[in-house]
Amino acid sequence: MQWETVIGLEVHLQLATQSKIFSGSATTFGAAPNTQASAVDLAMPGMLPVLNEKAVRYAVMFGLGIGAEIGMRSVFDRKNYFYPDLPKGYQISQFHDPIVGRGEFEIPLEDGTTRTIGITRAHLEEDAGKSLHEDFHGQTGIDLNRAGTPLLEIVTEPEIRSAAEAVAYLKSLHSLVTYLGISDGNMAQGSMRCDINLSLRPAGTTELGTRTEIKNVNSFRFVEKAIRHEIARQTDILEDGGRIVQETRLYDAERDETRSMRSKEVANDYRYFPEPDLLPVVIDAAYVAGIRAELPELPNARRERFVRQFGLSAYDAMVLSDNRELADYFEAVVDACSDAKMAANWVQVELLGQLNRSETALTDSPVAAADLGGLLQRILDGSISGKIAKQVFEAMWQGEGSADAIIEARSLKQVSDSGALEAMVDEVIAANPAQVEQYLAADGARRKKLLGFFVGQVMKSSRGQANPPLVNQLLAAKLGERNTDR
Amino acid sequence: MAVEQDEIERIAELARIRIAAGEMGQVTRRIAQILHLVEQLQAVDTSTVEPMANPLDATGRLRPDAVTEDDCRTAFQAIAPAVENGLYLVPKVID
Repeated sequence: MQWETVIGLEVHLQLATQSKIFSGSATTFGAAPNTQASAVDLAMPGMLPVLNEKAVRYAVMFGLGIGAEIGMRSVFDRKNYFYPDLPKGYQISQFHDPIVGRGEFEIPLEDGTTRTIGITRAHLEEDAGKSLHEDFHGQTGIDLNRAGTPLLEIVTEPEIRSAAEAVAYLKSLHSLVTYLGISDGNMAQGSMRCDINLSLRPAGTTELGTRTEIKNVNSFRFVEKAIRHEIARQTDILEDGGRIVQETRLYDAERDETRSMRSKEVANDYRYFPEPDLLPVVIDAAYVAGIRAELPELPNARRERFVRQFGLSAYDAMVLSDNRELADYFEAVVDACSDAKMAANWVQVELLGQLNRSETALTDSPVAAADLGGLLQRILDGSISGKIAKQVFEAMWQGEGSADAIIEARSLKQVSDSGALEAMVDEVIAANPAQVEQYLAADGARRKKLLGFFVGQVMKSSRGQANPPLVNQLLAAKLGERNTDR
Repeated sequence: MAVEQDEIERIAELARIRIAAGEMGQVTRRIAQILHLVEQLQAVDTSTVEPMANPLDATGRLRPDAVTEDDCRTAFQAIAPAVENGLYLVPKVID
């Protein structure tokens, strides 16, 4: 039977605030255990939460970024469960009245088309602490530094149909939130964690099958692998006439499999109720309008502009607009050389190639955008060929200075002086009498081919520095003269 | 509104409250009485009343995003039953 995959994603996005959502503790990653856990985070008696304005602002920015309804009056609720890394015995979250309501998110796909994924809601909540199960004499160690870190939980409609679409969604989401500056998007540090709800149904039907939930997957690659694995697992069960058990599963990256989390004795029942320690959050139209006015150009708008303004292909525009630093870099190169297509090629092939090979972040690139633009200008004005430019770029990468300085120091300037070129052309013609004979005897098509031989020889004797169009021109003229001599 | 004893057992488990076997019947009866009172309130037509999240006619105050708390780990851990390497130690939990 043909099965259709139905996926909904819940992303827990860590918001880039300085302090926690309900307390004035720092949120810095990697601090010594429990040094950023205040009396509020520890749930000491009598402590009360006070909401961080920045967390509200960031949530609204996200909502505006996906054109969602903004909850002008949102309410916090208690989600009750017991776990040692949750000292209060409940997580403060939002249930009935989230700060961000329904929205839509357009994502670019590799093939140049786009797909729109419905966003059900996004709500604010606090993160829990961390449990360390390593050997503490049979006990568990608790670090509450992360407790109270602001999270935005972003929930999609069950509209995602494949692992590739899920990854495309997550990449677009990552791009959006880093453009907005509301999260550092550092997946390795857990700033973006993903829960995957997945079910299968016979293709062509509309009723949803029984789903499983895969918790806490924290890289694009693992999301893809976990989904592929879970689709295969569920397909096997259904094809054998079995039933899917609704349960929470964990993805084990080492073994590349999902496995059931030991089922709790009592199924989850969070008994949500309004948080009495916090009043409803009411924001007004002026507050939202102020935030809207400050929104930067977002990835989708920028991608479309790259196509419109620079004539880039949909794919190039997608790659170059994907992250804000890269898009800014690309635009700065265009500003410096005013040839967008050349800039797009060089940024994608040479620059990204070097960055990948050397595992360097763009922000640490030894070649600044203006310098790369300067190099491309030398190609455009005929000073050097594209081939020589690659050598110059390599030298710039090694820190040997600007394009002009390197071209000067290594005498790489293209020979465009026709006197000097003429001498070289004469030399080549004199040195290859047999080829000259062949050339003169040949017809049009074959002549072109043989002319290529001479061009190659001249380029070789000039160590690649001869201006190729000029060489072509000179050779054709000189060999033509011989033709009439005959 | 009727409430069954197994429901009370389940809620007690979720709330981590231990109810002695001998008290279970009495606890169930008392909760049933409270629910009966709630049931009487259900008779009121509230279709035009907006759900209330808080009895105070006020809205939440927001604080600026600034770090205002110092590290008080030493003081907090002085009253903890067990600590090691800066961590609080608790009985082993495996989910």
